[in-house]
Amino acid sequence: MSLPKVNVVIVGAGAGGGIVAKELATAGLSVVLLERGEWPRYDDHNDDELNSQRTPVLGNPFGPDDKRHRRVVVYNNGSTRVVLPSEGGYNNNAGCVGGGAVSYGAMAWRFMPQDFRLRSIYGEVKDSTLADWPISYDDLEPYYEKAEYELGVAGDYTNNPFCGPRKKPFPMPAFPYNKEALLIEKTATRMGLHPFPIPMLRNSVPYNGRPACIHMRSCVGFACPINAKAGSHNTVLPIAMATGHCEVRTGCVASEIVVDDRGRARSVRYFDAKNRGQEQPADLVVVSASATETARLLLNSKSKLFPNGAGNNNDWVGRNLQGHLYVGAAGFLEDEVYEEAGPGATLAICDFNHGIPGLIGGGALCNEFIPLPYLFTNMRPPGEPRWGKAHKDFQRRYYKRLVRLHGPVQEIPNFAARVSVDPTVKDAWGIPVCRLSGTRHPADFQQGDFLSKQAEAILKEMGATRVWRSGPSPTPSLSGGQHQAGTCRMGDDPKTSVTDRHGRIHQIDNLFVADGSLNVSNGGFNPALTIMALAYWVSHHIKAGWKGSQLR
Amino acid sequence: MITPVSRRAAMKWAAAGTFGLAAGIGTTAGLARWIRTEPAPYRFFSEAEARLLIPICEQIIPRDDTPGATDAGVIFYIDRQLSSVFQRHQPTYRLGLDAFRKTCLQVYKSPFEQLEFARQTEALRLIESNKAPKELWGDRSQSAFFNLVLDHTKQGFYGSPRHGGNRDYASYRMMGLAYPNLIGQNRYAAGRPI
Ligand SMILES: Cc1cc2nc3c(=O)[nH]c(=O)nc-3n(C[C@H](O)[C@H](O)[C@H](O)COP(=O)(O)OP(=O)(O)OC[C@H]3O[C@@H](n4cnc5c(N)ncnc54)[C@H](O)[C@@H]3O)c2cc1C
Ligand code: SF4
Repeated sequence: MSLPKVNVVIVGAGAGGGIVAKELATAGLSVVLLERGEWPRYDDHNDDELNSQRTPVLGNPFGPDDKRHRRVVVYNNGSTRVVLPSEGGYNNNAGCVGGGAVSYGAMAWRFMPQDFRLRSIYGEVKDSTLADWPISYDDLEPYYEKAEYELGVAGDYTNNPFCGPRKKPFPMPAFPYNKEALLIEKTATRMGLHPFPIPMLRNSVPYNGRPACIHMRSCVGFACPINAKAGSHNTVLPIAMATGHCEVRTGCVASEIVVDDRGRARSVRYFDAKNRGQEQPADLVVVSASATETARLLLNSKSKLFPNGAGNNNDWVGRNLQGHLYVGAAGFLEDEVYEEAGPGATLAICDFNHGIPGLIGGGALCNEFIPLPYLFTNMRPPGEPRWGKAHKDFQRRYYKRLVRLHGPVQEIPNFAARVSVDPTVKDAWGIPVCRLSGTRHPADFQQGDFLSKQAEAILKEMGATRVWRSGPSPTPSLSGGQHQAGTCRMGDDPKTSVTDRHGRIHQIDNLFVADGSLNVSNGGFNPALTIMALAYWVSHHIKAGWKGSQLR
Repeated sequence: MITPVSRRAAMKWAAAGTFGLAAGIGTTAGLARWIRTEPAPYRFFSEAEARLLIPICEQIIPRDDTPGATDAGVIFYIDRQLSSVFQRHQPTYRLGLDAFRKTCLQVYKSPFEQLEFARQTEALRLIESNKAPKELWGDRSQSAFFNLVLDHTKQGFYGSPRHGGNRDYASYRMMGLAYPNLIGQNRYAAGRPI
């Protein structure tokens, strides 16, 4: 049985979806927001490392759960394996209201102008689908600004000569460097580099009714107990709900977008919190379920005109799955640098984003979030014993002396890295699950190798001892992960993209995507702020085309 | 009395295709034989298994001037997880412990528990590097078993006490960290206001 029709159904209340809900609800449209997870609860605010989104060995505190969710991973040698959300191979982000932005590290990067024009700058790359974005940094600039002001970003780019032009300063002052960063700053500056504070979606001062950060050692992987860390759940969604015409339905798992015989999206089918099948009709549908799940939902939405899934007549849905290869170096200082004041990451270096001969894009380097003790047990120079008394001595001696510089490498999109739906494995609701296959492009490894060497050089110059690189592993691996992106590329040519430049699925006029799936390439930076800016961008164009009761 | 639950879970995972693949072991039918009836402090392990696993964990994180795995109650962490979120690892433990027990009897002519500390270390190095007699392990990976126990021991030692291990925040004390992490109370950096 069908529910009463609304103007918009949005699937996914994450970083992208929450913003679209607010933009459309405040413009007067009636909105239903379907979210498979729940609101983060008071009890979820703990400091339990084994139950954190970063090391979810006992399960993901912010979803999805191991009981009802599965994925299939296809390995290099062709073998496959069913994986659980708490296992690394799942490439999880999150499943709760707020999505990944509840438990993220909150680094708030704008991509650089070059990141939108990789193909023009670097030319054709073999075995890749490298392309320019259909929009430029300048197009997105006002929406970056909007995200920075509505959600709240603390930063200071005085010392960052590499960023794109910005019209307004950051709304909040930057966080101060911690001890580790002060030391890195000195050395990096001496080396002719340009360190500056990492922009953060965290309050350095009280902002928009939320308090300033109280600096805990646990932040990334955890929800913020005082809401100093911004996501859609504690910023824009409350505004959307206050309009009275945005209903957030939690525990609701979308299974299919119904596309009629005229090629228009008519409704979204889902299972509600009691696992009952429901169908919500709407004038338009926005999918913001994250790069993996958005692709899966489109592929599971088969119709007469789109027998291979909504918007997939050219076989591009789910292709070009990207994330970030994370590389860098670590070492130890003579004196302790640890501070019982987190969350740790405060300094960035962008000298290696673009302009490096032989490389495509490069990546940023940052000092890192505090690793909690269990995570630290995996941080060892090569050859260091893993257990026994040596293990304990290492934990005791080095934990507080650790210095690290790490960063995300710009990945080169390739067609074979993809999300498809598995022909046999289904989740608890009987919906075919994501099947992840393909590997990163070889160029990513060159870049990773280069970037980790730079990190190593800085740490050595600082006088750190036992410095080791965590460079790219030599075995080609799948991309995706927490920075998943690219699976519904935006573009002007319907043959080589999934949506147009406004996030509208080619050929389905009232079906939009607004999340990391749209990213043509994923920058040498963490992607959340760009995803947020894109959500504002897509919303703007939906509103511009909205004529009272329907889309143009 | 716990086995029926475990067995059902194991069959479910077998159907889903994950079961045993990581370690390459286990048949679901075999699980039926593991029914335990006597009351015990453990939910999953038999007394004999626990007697074997405790010194293995102690080898991984031994007591010196600070507590080790036994003091911190790591066995209770592993036992509790194996009967809940780690049900999928039950066969790896059950079969792995059995093979390791036999390995020690064959190679060292003694139960692991009765070996000297240095000998115990040697025995674990053997399986860590897949060098124990192949016939005792069949197609099961010795190192995969060892690595799983290693990882779980570290989790039990460093994770939150609410999961059964890290008794009295032993590991946090050892590393000189404030414990527990009281929200909002650990924000004073040495000499620098935040
Ligand atoms: C531990 C961690 C640290 C991170 N650190 C950073 C950082 O420092 N900086 C940064 O930029 N990024 C960071 N990220 C990544 C960032 O969180 C993501 O890039 C961002 O949240 C992606 O936004 P999205 O809208 O694409 O998807 P999400 O935020 O994942 O939102 C998608 C939502 O859709 C829901 N959903 C999915 N399928 C369905 C369905 N079928 N029905 C209903 N609902 C559905 C999901 O439950 C989810 O809530 C981090 C992520 C994690 C997990
Ligand atoms: S460190 Fe700051 S932003 Fe992070 S969770 Fe704690 S209070 Fe929130």
